[in-house]
Amino acid sequence: MMNKVYPSAAAALEGLLHDGMLIASGGFGLCGIPELLIAAIREAGTKNLTVASNNAGVDGFGLGQLLETRQVKKMISSYVGENAEFMRQYLSGELELEFNPQGTLAERMRAGGAGIPGFYTATGVGTVIADGKEHHDFDGRTYILERGLVADLAIVKAWKADPSGNLVFRKTARNFNVPAATCGKTCVVEVEEVVPLGSLDPDKIHLPGIYVHRIIAGQHEKRIENRTVRKRENA
Amino acid sequence: MMAEEIKGWDRNGMAARAAQELRDGTYVNLGIGIPTLVSNYIPKGVNVTLQSENGMLGMGPFPFEGEEDPDLINAGKQTITELPQTAYFDSAQSFAMIRGGKIAMAILGAMEVAENGDLANWMIPGKLVKGMGGAMDLVAGVGRVVVVMDHTSKHGESKVLKACTLPLTGKGVVDRIISNLGVLDVGQKGLHIVELAPGVTEEELRAATEATIVG
Repeated sequence: MMNKVYPSAAAALEGLLHDGMLIASGGFGLCGIPELLIAAIREAGTKNLTVASNNAGVDGFGLGQLLETRQVKKMISSYVGENAEFMRQYLSGELELEFNPQGTLAERMRAGGAGIPGFYTATGVGTVIADGKEHHDFDGRTYILERGLVADLAIVKAWKADPSGNLVFRKTARNFNVPAATCGKTCVVEVEEVVPLGSLDPDKIHLPGIYVHRIIAGQHEKRIENRTVRKRENA
Repeated sequence: MMAEEIKGWDRNGMAARAAQELRDGTYVNLGIGIPTLVSNYIPKGVNVTLQSENGMLGMGPFPFEGEEDPDLINAGKQTITELPQTAYFDSAQSFAMIRGGKIAMAILGAMEVAENGDLANWMIPGKLVKGMGGAMDLVAGVGRVVVVMDHTSKHGESKVLKACTLPLTGKGVVDRIISNLGVLDVGQKGLHIVELAPGVTEEELRAATEATIVG
């Protein structure tokens, strides 16, 4: 049986990074982001990156770390509202930004991973998103053609992996991690725990190991972006 | 009483009115801001399942202090809880159910709405550019789109227009407008007044509306 487990994030990224590459990253906000791999890419100093990720982290955490070091040339995202450094670089023209509707971004990744080069969607018809895209009518409704997305590298965070790369996610931390993983020519995954072969129920695997090439385990900060609570009512 | 001096609905009043739109047994997506408050006013006997587009059906209330889970958030990145019927899934699956028409209704915020149902709620050129998130997918995919919004800007200018001035989120997508002044439906030739908010006259609603009101 293959063992895909590497000793560190740096070791798992060895030979996979090059300037100008396209990286797909999982996560939604700061939930389920591959924080260890992002930190290792910052250490590696790879430049001119295009990063497809729903969000761009916050100042100083997540993908915000790669923006601080000017390693990112372009972001493909649906929402970047929580990041002042991102705004500064974008408004000054230092950073390119391609807005994709959130479902279009997810489907572009899913399609890319499934060998589908393009798909039609009604999302964005009649908006700036449709500018320059092929329009086609099906059954009386107008759709636009969106392209599947294939990344040089996918970086993903899961809860548990076995050594063969079968993955289990936890709650809403699954989000973009599944479609991002599938669209990478190579996929590196960080998990909270590598468990022995045979300990994951084959009926409860969220992403089979065929999509996963390298795995690391480590401690995650798992920062909360917007902490909201309710008061306990008195009996 | 302060309430006597205020005309129309406040944020919670709009949310409570929007909650009357919920139909028993349906799946619904609530946007960020006032729409999130709608979950506080779900009528008794109406059972709805809330979808959060980051990958969850069956969204529960905020957690008790000390029980926040960084792996469990809603689309506004707020910590939340799960319910007995909760299911989790990935983002592609989440938007497949939105695009596939499985979500009966979305209640969203708006910057501008036009009399033909055009909606603008994601971008103000030259100002902060945050992104559309899942809003374009929702308005293109769900069965019914209800927007909750202030009828006029801080400067008193109407936000219910003949044509939107801001970049669109969707074209001809809005079914019903719930504002602080009342409820309007988007019809073939313009807007129809459905209801006036408490203390608001039809003349006041018409005066605050740039869009054509046909009935």
